[in-house]
Amino acid sequence: MNVHTASATSTSENTPSVPALEVAGVSHSFGANKVLDNVSLSVPRGAMVVLLGLNGAGKSTLFALITRLYDNVSGAIRILGEDVRRKPTVALQRLGVVFQSRTLDTDLTLAQNLTYHAALHGLSGREARARAQRALDIVGLGEKAKTTVRTLSGGQSRRVEIARSLLHRPGLLLLDEATVGLDIGSRESVLKIVRNLAATEGLGVLWATHLIDEVAPTDLVVVLHKGRILYTGGVPGLLAQTKAESLSDAFRILTGTASGSKAKAEAAS
Amino acid sequence: MTLEATLKRPPIVDDVQPSKLGPRAYLACFNGIVWREVLRYLNQSERFLSALVRPLVWLFGLGYGMRNALGMPIQQPYETYIPYTVYMVPGLVGMILLFNAMQSSLSMVYDRETGAMRTLLVSPFPRSFLLVSKLFGGITVAVLQVYAFLAFIWLFGRASAALGATEFLDIDIPWQGYLSILPAVVLSGLMLGSFALFLSSAIKQLENFAGVMNYVIFPMIFFSTSLNPLWRIKEGSETLWNVARFNPFTHVVELIRFAFYSQIGPTDPARGLDPTHLAVVVGCTALFLLGAIYAYNPSKGLIGRRGGPGGTGG
Repeated sequence: MNVHTASATSTSENTPSVPALEVAGVSHSFGANKVLDNVSLSVPRGAMVVLLGLNGAGKSTLFALITRLYDNVSGAIRILGEDVRRKPTVALQRLGVVFQSRTLDTDLTLAQNLTYHAALHGLSGREARARAQRALDIVGLGEKAKTTVRTLSGGQSRRVEIARSLLHRPGLLLLDEATVGLDIGSRESVLKIVRNLAATEGLGVLWATHLIDEVAPTDLVVVLHKGRILYTGGVPGLLAQTKAESLSDAFRILTGTASGSKAKAEAAS
Repeated sequence: MTLEATLKRPPIVDDVQPSKLGPRAYLACFNGIVWREVLRYLNQSERFLSALVRPLVWLFGLGYGMRNALGMPIQQPYETYIPYTVYMVPGLVGMILLFNAMQSSLSMVYDRETGAMRTLLVSPFPRSFLLVSKLFGGITVAVLQVYAFLAFIWLFGRASAALGATEFLDIDIPWQGYLSILPAVVLSGLMLGSFALFLSSAIKQLENFAGVMNYVIFPMIFFSTSLNPLWRIKEGSETLWNVARFNPFTHVVELIRFAFYSQIGPTDPARGLDPTHLAVVVGCTALFLLGAIYAYNPSKGLIGRRGGPGGTGG
């Protein structure tokens, strides 16, 4: 199989040279179980990169390393040029994250949830409240600031988590399986907000998913399978490389799940 | 430019290098974490009630129920004979702190399982600072619980006396005692919170933690001076006396007991606090806190090795 290892390149000519995220040669093991093997990828600023992989591919582990929940012992991870291990404070100041699990306090209001998160980035008082309101406006929930999270739908909660991740004005946004459990309308709404943020605000977005239908033709794609990167680049390049007619076929061919494990791949799409 | 104008349409993405996190940012972070713990606590009325009812059941069921059978001779720091209920109060305060510490850790295990812990740990502040702030959030809640308990005893004693039942007036703590216990309560809360935090890092799932609660909380309480003084335990069993002597919870209870009567410090060396209690609590606090910080360290700790916190597949 021809494994494409070149970095994903930006679709915009105006993108600055320092990428929002650079992962270079990162491997990680839990005991004897190697979950990431020499992973390299790049997320340009203002671009949406879809990290595509089946469950267990290593996406969440990669996210845990980028967010420094645990340290990478090999390779390097840089957020806007700042090494996560050497300069964690500066790097994490530029990072916004939406985790796979729901992480809002359901008993608190939207505003309380957001101002708590603002405090975790050293913001307080009027500035924190103003930023929270602006972020909620962006995701279309400005009028619900004083309602409790418990009253929100799953899609609305996700939008609050996106608003929360924007409070400290990050340059890179990570979303780990952000649409899991959402209906089709909510999924489209969340995707639209995130694509818009990348296009209009210059935010670099790494969107991890196992749902192939979330990939747009203009997105950059990274295929992660069993801890290894199998492809990085545009959608047309992936179709050309695999000689497939659809993205789901291309994914199956690339990951070797075309036969035998077909049901598994279908579940992924 | 006014603040309003600056905030009118702030950018979502900043191109400028983020500013250094100064003392004000640290204070904002600390306040935010503590305030969240208090808000969560106030939103959980059943947690408040159970924290109040638990020591009261012990006090009224065991204390007043057994008061006549369990008289206490004169001993430090008391100046005279005391009813058993008076002896129990510092132990019950310690129990509130212990349960609260375990409850906070329970919430951390829950936070880890749901992923909420991740939002805390991806903050740009040093992880040790975040954990200590979280501990102080738990301690603030514990202090509220302790004073609610003491206020209830005080009010109940006077209310029942007004109705003719004077037996509940026996817990008569000098007013200075309510203030002088505060440093002891905070320090003890820090020790027990650090211990529970370290414990939470080693526990993978909530169900396991429930088991540890049974194996940790009750032995700590029963094998300490919270219900019986050391000399009386020694009369019953030398082995139990040795266990109680080396139980850090014994030193928490004794620290609080002496603090109630303002005996911390060289006020009266003959009746003063044995410095061992303070030294053990301070030493254990340092030990457990370092253990918890180590355990939550991404490069060295148990969390990273195990694949937590809140690790999910994918």
